[in-house]
Amino acid sequence: MLVKQISVFLENKSGRLAEVTKSLGNEGIDISALSIADTTDFGILRLIVNQPEKAEKVLKENGFTVSSTNVIAIEVEDKPGGLAVALDVLESESIGIEYMYAFIGKSEEKALVILRVEDSQKAIEVLNNKNIKVIPSKEVYEL
Amino acid sequence: MQYWNSTYECMSREEMRKVQSERLSNIVKKIYHNVPFYRAKMQKKGIEPGDIKSVDDLKNLPFTYKQDLRDNYPYGLFAVPTSEIVRIHASSGTTGKQTVVGYTRRDLDTWAEVIARTLTCAGASKESFIQVAYGYGLFTGGLGVHYGAERIGASVIPISGGNTSRQLQIMKDFGTTHLACTPSYALYLAEELEEAGFKKGDLKLKAGVFGAEPWSANMRNEIEERLGILAIDIYGLSEVIGPGVASECPCKCGMHIPEDHFIPEIINPETEEVLSPGEKGEIVFTTITKEGLPLIRYRTRDLSVLNYDVCECGRTSVRMSKVSGRTDDMLIIRGVNVFPSQIESVLLEIGETAPHYLLVVDRVDNLDILEIQVEMTPGLFSDEVKKLEEIEGKIKKGIESTLGINAKIRLVEPKSIERSEGKAKRVIDKRKI
Repeated sequence: MLVKQISVFLENKSGRLAEVTKSLGNEGIDISALSIADTTDFGILRLIVNQPEKAEKVLKENGFTVSSTNVIAIEVEDKPGGLAVALDVLESESIGIEYMYAFIGKSEEKALVILRVEDSQKAIEVLNNKNIKVIPSKEVYEL
Repeated sequence: MQYWNSTYECMSREEMRKVQSERLSNIVKKIYHNVPFYRAKMQKKGIEPGDIKSVDDLKNLPFTYKQDLRDNYPYGLFAVPTSEIVRIHASSGTTGKQTVVGYTRRDLDTWAEVIARTLTCAGASKESFIQVAYGYGLFTGGLGVHYGAERIGASVIPISGGNTSRQLQIMKDFGTTHLACTPSYALYLAEELEEAGFKKGDLKLKAGVFGAEPWSANMRNEIEERLGILAIDIYGLSEVIGPGVASECPCKCGMHIPEDHFIPEIINPETEEVLSPGEKGEIVFTTITKEGLPLIRYRTRDLSVLNYDVCECGRTSVRMSKVSGRTDDMLIIRGVNVFPSQIESVLLEIGETAPHYLLVVDRVDNLDILEIQVEMTPGLFSDEVKKLEEIEGKIKKGIESTLGINAKIRLVEPKSIERSEGKAKRVIDKRKI
């Protein structure tokens, strides 16, 4: 169920993001979701790709500082309050969210959200119990 | 022209050599018998105390290095029992270990004497009000100038460093005539003075003695212009005594060395051969009156030139030119000695291996600022901003507690710091001095 996310350290200077995407593109790696957390000096690029292991290797070879983290992907109703339902579940179980970002899936009524939580296993369990769909990693990579 | 001690300051070369020779041969006897470190060094060179009869024999004595002070930390090089030591000062060293210096009662007396000469050079007298804005504490600046100012009978205002608005208020209200601080702080005070709406005419300030960091002729002009004073350059290092090792006179053509206490030599730092007057090299000092921590041929790593011509002011003492550089990688930031290796030791505490780093020093609004760029390593990296900011905070705190200075930490990408011949470049000094 856990999705492997690739994180890359980037200095805040022009051209760096292009470098990353070019390196991945050259190797035929497809990016399905990304988000950037930034401060004044640096940023952390987080990526969901179709071949996480290969992406990590390619980026390392190109001199980037890379790490991989387990995250979970969930599907919520694409309507007002849709995300709130899922977040309520986590909140009621006191599962803290480190960060999250949404991305577009292929389905029209559903929105996809990547969550990085303190305890992924527990999160998956409680979400399943409340009938919130946690998307298997294989499906995520194929998006 | 005012002198504090014309007997020594205006002594003929011949007489001075006699005084120096006698004092040198005495100090060599003392250290040979009292300091095992020096005895071993001299024996290794096959020199006995009796071989040192005059200043001409100085060149045969072994050098003393900062490393020797560190190796014998804290009191190993003291030449008297610690019961004779009445004051201890310390300055930062390269490995986080401090360089410790000890003074006997007579050493403090000597120190006050040389500072008295310095302050007299700046026109100070018992009528003066001297505001000492050097830091008081282990740093030799504050207390060193303090006792010299008392020696000449001036009214001393021991305000120490910092608290700029208070400095200005006191300068105005107390009628300060002489200021002692780092040149960058003097310039900062000048700016704040204008900002606060004070005018030059509101102050009684006549002169200042500025040192402990490099400064340029332009900076002097600016300080003199903006504060309407005479700005005197002074030189010192705690190992030799602190401030008071050399000082300009109003002629501003080199810094007079009280040669009856400290004998200077200029050497080629690589071959260690003694150079002639007028040649540029590393300045080396031998203290010939100090009791607590006498130093023989101490390698300062500062580059300078000696001039033995009699000065226009009438003083015959040798003058050293403004220090034009360093033979090692030490940086002086806001008067604090900073070695790249100190930064390295802080970084080592953060991760298992020290990441590559670069020190970028600049001067903004006349204050030195230090930025430390640290290359990201897989070991340090995290996907959470919070964790990376924690690392920055930890480094910043480490630097602050080791060096006592505030640095901006910037995490940078691997390999972004320029390497030359496989070795990373450690320092970029952008200061225009």
